[in-house]
Amino acid sequence: MIRFSNVSKRYPGGHEALSDVSFHLGPGELAFLTGHSGAGKSTLLKLIALLERPTRGQVLINGQNLGKVGRRRIPYVRRNVGIIFQDHRLLFDRTVFDNVALPLIIAGYRHQEIGRRVRAALDKVGLLGKEKVFPITLSGGEQQRVGIARAVVNKPPLLLADEPTGNLDPELSGEIMGLFEQFNQVGVTVLIASHDLALIQRLRHRIVALKNGRLVADGIPQAQPA
Amino acid sequence: MSREPKTADAGRAGVRDAASAPRRGLGSRLAVYGLRHLQVFFYTLGQLWRTPFATLMTAAVIGIALALPAGLQVLLNNAQRLSQGWDGATQISLFLKNGVSEERARDTAGRLRARSDIASVEFISKEEALEEFRRLSGFGDALKALDANPLPSVIVVHPALGTTAGVDATRALLKRLRALPEVDIAQLDMQWVKRLYAIMDIVRRGVNVLGLLLGLAVILVVGNTIRLAIQNRRDEIVIIKLIGGTDAFIRRPFLYTGFWYGLFGSLIAYFLVSGSLLVLSDPVRRLAGLYGSHFRLSSLDGDVTLALLGGGILLGLLGSWVAVGRHLRAIEPT
Repeated sequence: MIRFSNVSKRYPGGHEALSDVSFHLGPGELAFLTGHSGAGKSTLLKLIALLERPTRGQVLINGQNLGKVGRRRIPYVRRNVGIIFQDHRLLFDRTVFDNVALPLIIAGYRHQEIGRRVRAALDKVGLLGKEKVFPITLSGGEQQRVGIARAVVNKPPLLLADEPTGNLDPELSGEIMGLFEQFNQVGVTVLIASHDLALIQRLRHRIVALKNGRLVADGIPQAQPA
Repeated sequence: MSREPKTADAGRAGVRDAASAPRRGLGSRLAVYGLRHLQVFFYTLGQLWRTPFATLMTAAVIGIALALPAGLQVLLNNAQRLSQGWDGATQISLFLKNGVSEERARDTAGRLRARSDIASVEFISKEEALEEFRRLSGFGDALKALDANPLPSVIVVHPALGTTAGVDATRALLKRLRALPEVDIAQLDMQWVKRLYAIMDIVRRGVNVLGLLLGLAVILVVGNTIRLAIQNRRDEIVIIKLIGGTDAFIRRPFLYTGFWYGLFGSLIAYFLVSGSLLVLSDPVRRLAGLYGSHFRLSSLDGDVTLALLGGGILLGLLGSWVAVGRHLRAIEPT
């Protein structure tokens, strides 16, 4: 689903955010991307979402070489990638329903289908009763769920999450991670950037670790002594 | 746990479904596309409605900018309508040669009267001319000193309106009349009409230039308003780009906003011009009455109204297009 081949990203000014990173995430896999701030997690996600282009190397998503995607095709690639942000990035002048419906409206779905899918997505994240409220009245955890509902509403085969639990307490973080596990169980490929090591080591999923832009570890953590 | 089936549906279907979801029949896709446009159409109207004062201010500026050239155009059309009859008031004076007898002169006048391109002919004999001159000039006594009547016979020709459409046809007629053997001098009395037309031509061009400049002003006003709207909605644009919105999708609401500004502006211009003409109509009628004319100031006719509305909408769209083209590309998610 995601294949990085010797990818480097050097920003203007000389800072190398990623150096020669290669890894492969198969369809239906769930992996955590971890490392300190500045290790290159965000850059790696940005390359997948076509927010940045690699300086060297290749990124393949679903067999498609992102280097060959022109500017005008970018929106269509992004529609197949659900992205969840640490700061939620919701539209505060629109209701929860309208926020979640946005990807469907962009993709040109029919009215009835939009209603059906939005309610299904909100039901999944446990916010079915909040369709008509404005995001500003929701708690941080609820806002994050709205963001998740928006990311999954058009059923993308790949979900990216950038520090989805960054501002949440441990209990809420656990619930959010549980949601991602649910999506993964039904076949969605999930890549979650997080530096919450305590949480992600408990979850026993593949962990891809970055340090100073280099891949330093890749594997499933061993059970920790009790 | 009742959620499980739905989750399954969402996930597995997703892998197959996501890319191809909106792939349906052409008719259905067009219907959805049209519906989207309709939604944006009313959505942008609603947005403007929510800030009535700001919208009205912008629309009023556009309205005034459009009302000036439109109003001048209407006045110009009125002036043209007023002066249209004057072309026909043109007359050609034929001063006959001294040797031509009165009998032959009357005969000539009769022949001219029969021509289709001549509406009417007036014959002034030497005696009548002398009498008139004596009466009007005040040189009556001086004329007595002359032993013979020095004045020629005159035939005054009024060209037919139907055939002498315009100055050229009148000129052609003049040339033919000049060629008559009896005619000494043929003089066309339309210099002042030509001057008036020349002045109106200049005024018309002036109005066009003014219209061009004010049209440019409308584009700039709309462009600037849309630029601010784009900046205000920067976050929204970024988010839409992040979740796969195309440039066309992002552009659409701004273009429709420009459309609305143009429409509102031209409606305001319409009412401004109509109101001004209403205020002017009574004094104009009174003035016309003093000249013994039944001239009435005509208001905005269908053509000018359509041009005003269409032009306003076009300028609004153009302004927003310029702003969107310049500023949307600069906003990219990071």
